[in-house]
Amino acid sequence: MRREIPLIITGVVGFTYIIQFFIPHWPFNIMEHMLTDWMLIIFAFAIWLGVLNLMKVSLDRISKRTKDWPYALVTILGFLFIVIAGFFFSGGRRFLDPGTPFDYIYQFIYTPLSATMFAMLAFYVASASYRAFRARTKEATLLLLAAFFVMLGRVPVGDAMTSFLPESVRLSKFADWIMNYPQTAGQRAIMIGIALGIVSTSLRLILGIERSHLGSD
Amino acid sequence: MNVSAFCAVPEDPSYGAPAPPTDLVVRDVPNDAGGAIILHWDPSVDDVEGNDKFIGYEILRSTSPDSGFKVIGTATAGSTELTDNQTVDGKKYYYIVRSLMGSSIAEAWPVGPVSSSQQWFNLGRINSFIALLILSTAILWYIHRARRGDTLFIRKIAGLEAVDEAVGRATEMGKAIYYIPGTQDMDNVQTIAGVTILGRVAKLTAQYETPLDVPVSRSLVMITAREIVKEAYLNAGRPDAYNDSMVHYLTDDQFGYAAAIDGMVVREKPATIFYMGAFYAESLILAETGNSVGAIQIAGTAMPAQLPFFIAACDYTLIGEELFAASAYLSKEPKLLGSLKGQDFGKLCILGIIIIGSIIQTFGIFDFTSIFTVQ
Amino acid sequence: MFEKLLRIDRRIIFLFVLIALIVPLFLNISQHIAISPEVRDIYDSLRKLQPGSRVLLAFDYDPPSAPELQPMAVAVMKYCFKHNLKVIIMGLWPQGPLQANLAIESIKRDKEFKDNPPIYDKDYVNLGYMTGNELVIQGMGTDIQRTFPRDYLGNPTSSLSVMKGITNFSNIDFIFNLSAGYPGTVEWVLFAVDRFHAKLSAGNTAVQAPQVYPYVHSGQLSGLAGGLKGAAELEKLLGFYGKGTKFMLSQSFAHIVVIFFIIVGNVAYFATRGKKKK
Repeated sequence: MRREIPLIITGVVGFTYIIQFFIPHWPFNIMEHMLTDWMLIIFAFAIWLGVLNLMKVSLDRISKRTKDWPYALVTILGFLFIVIAGFFFSGGRRFLDPGTPFDYIYQFIYTPLSATMFAMLAFYVASASYRAFRARTKEATLLLLAAFFVMLGRVPVGDAMTSFLPESVRLSKFADWIMNYPQTAGQRAIMIGIALGIVSTSLRLILGIERSHLGSD
Repeated sequence: MNVSAFCAVPEDPSYGAPAPPTDLVVRDVPNDAGGAIILHWDPSVDDVEGNDKFIGYEILRSTSPDSGFKVIGTATAGSTELTDNQTVDGKKYYYIVRSLMGSSIAEAWPVGPVSSSQQWFNLGRINSFIALLILSTAILWYIHRARRGDTLFIRKIAGLEAVDEAVGRATEMGKAIYYIPGTQDMDNVQTIAGVTILGRVAKLTAQYETPLDVPVSRSLVMITAREIVKEAYLNAGRPDAYNDSMVHYLTDDQFGYAAAIDGMVVREKPATIFYMGAFYAESLILAETGNSVGAIQIAGTAMPAQLPFFIAACDYTLIGEELFAASAYLSKEPKLLGSLKGQDFGKLCILGIIIIGSIIQTFGIFDFTSIFTVQ
Repeated sequence: MFEKLLRIDRRIIFLFVLIALIVPLFLNISQHIAISPEVRDIYDSLRKLQPGSRVLLAFDYDPPSAPELQPMAVAVMKYCFKHNLKVIIMGLWPQGPLQANLAIESIKRDKEFKDNPPIYDKDYVNLGYMTGNELVIQGMGTDIQRTFPRDYLGNPTSSLSVMKGITNFSNIDFIFNLSAGYPGTVEWVLFAVDRFHAKLSAGNTAVQAPQVYPYVHSGQLSGLAGGLKGAAELEKLLGFYGKGTKFMLSQSFAHIVVIFFIIVGNVAYFATRGKKKK
């Protein structure tokens, strides 16, 4: 029964979602909302599982003094710092309101830290491009040229370099053309394949043909 | 249901009376769950670009054509449509739409009666229904054929062929394998595909006694991944080698998660890293860090925007649908392989439609795209 | 030497990129920003709106994407406030509405708006964040006030003057979605546009934009601004020069550095390949 019950739930919920897409009449119209509400409630409670697991794993590492345990300590202290600031030091205001300690942490600690991580993408794009864009084959050369023109065309310097040409054939227009036609065509082809893959996988899950996500072959 | 001007009430003479909207048509919203009536009108002649004095329209409703009209909504200048979502099915309603210009108003005759009702089938989605039927039938037919014993060809997927080699390499080096199942929750099919492949990888790590680390960013993924890894270790006859801390939660925050994994990768230098699931901008941040420590990396995602990053930084990449095919490919189970064949049939149909559609549309035979409009 | 150039330490590349990003911040070079048709579409959609029109701004991003998306948000908001368009803010990402507040705070400090700052519930409302991803959009298609019963400050949505007469997307004249991933523009297209026929334009991070281009061509999305370049184009068209334009110089320099290293890599590759053949 450990396998059958999840399979039955998946099947019933999956078919309900499909039916409500085509039948707007009661009771199908309310089923989607009802199932969605259930899903949101499960997600909300599941966050606690994650938080408790993070705390347990981190505390284990500290108590056993495993390798790199100070990182676990930083995790716990960071968690407590922001939770306590939000719950107990908002001065009667909502913790999200401007001027609260939580807002301060959000603006001046969380925001720059997150932005730094995202900004690292710029550096990684540079090193990955240097390594990957080599004209080894005809296809790779095409890819390289496309990258070259798009990178130049997406910034004003591309147009500055081709300012002697009529506006309609400057680099920015060529970059737009690459983005709009070859790039979009490729994206569409991949998206169609993905959509079919999703339909096929979903059907396998709903019909119980695919069971490996339940821990069996 | 054509209507003409009913009255104009200029309260501010400097503006004059506006013209009312014309040709108000009211009808039940088709293909819905009831409780809604749609109104459509032709704009007032005063509703023109540059006439800043024209404010917009007020919509009034009553159950009687002569009295009891109350404002139920407003629409800005330039609007020609409004949906009244507050109706009771079967009850008869009358509507008036009036123009507002300065403090002057002009309204048209009431239109009605009209009542809302719910429908049993959304005819606007009949095309989706037919497509669903064709695709599902094809998939089920090929599954049936595969069960009957027909041999089905499946092309080689390099990324999946390399799974054994990648696990073997980590074993030789005595280092850990990291498995990253994406940053989305279990309601995403890519995550399901990702954790499915995890089962296969976990079975190999159990057999080779290679350390496995699965850091996740969603609690439900953690629970599911734990079940899968536990089962894989059990099936491999090594339940003793499994422990819950193999699969652990980090954070739901996208870049917090990326930062945590980057830190782990730099400190522990795993030999092999798998990225299987849905990824966003963190893809290259993770894959470049993995590349910098010399890990063998296999990625798989159906996020088109992230594929170039994985291709640039990883040794093997499963592109889009290959991720979904992985479960069938690795298990070689006929019924799963059959569904792949059905999927290919769907692709063939779409290719045919694209070619035929391009010809019809190019020669202007009829508006072919309208067939595919979904309401 | 070419062997060395073939395997340049990534930290050297990082250093060059860092210099290319920082130095332009201290330079004052004006650049010509070419306008792409996709961004012009956004401008045209905004220009057609009459004063008093309702514009829904969906903030589906968090601080990491702010450098690219915040300038777009500020430019569009300034345009709306200047042309008396009523702004309704919401977010499918928890941090989205907070980013909207930061944008409004910056507009209030702006010289141009100092005498006439945007006023809550006169010029804009913030409905806050709602869990449920694309299902929130679906709910809004039926009833916005039921989906968002209270605004960000806890006021009943029905009591807000900006929300008067608004039931669903048919009462919203224009939607502008700022998106950094999921849930974002793709979900807005699939639900708000395809199912409820709303008029939608979007601003996306540069990483995300290629995925959204197919929807511009199909007409489902009326306009798209991608990355910092899109932000700079929007600022230019809407007439509010801000960080998008300012940081374009850094982006130009960074692109040149990346191209330089790609060329170095290829020169080294061909030079060493020639040697191997000999």
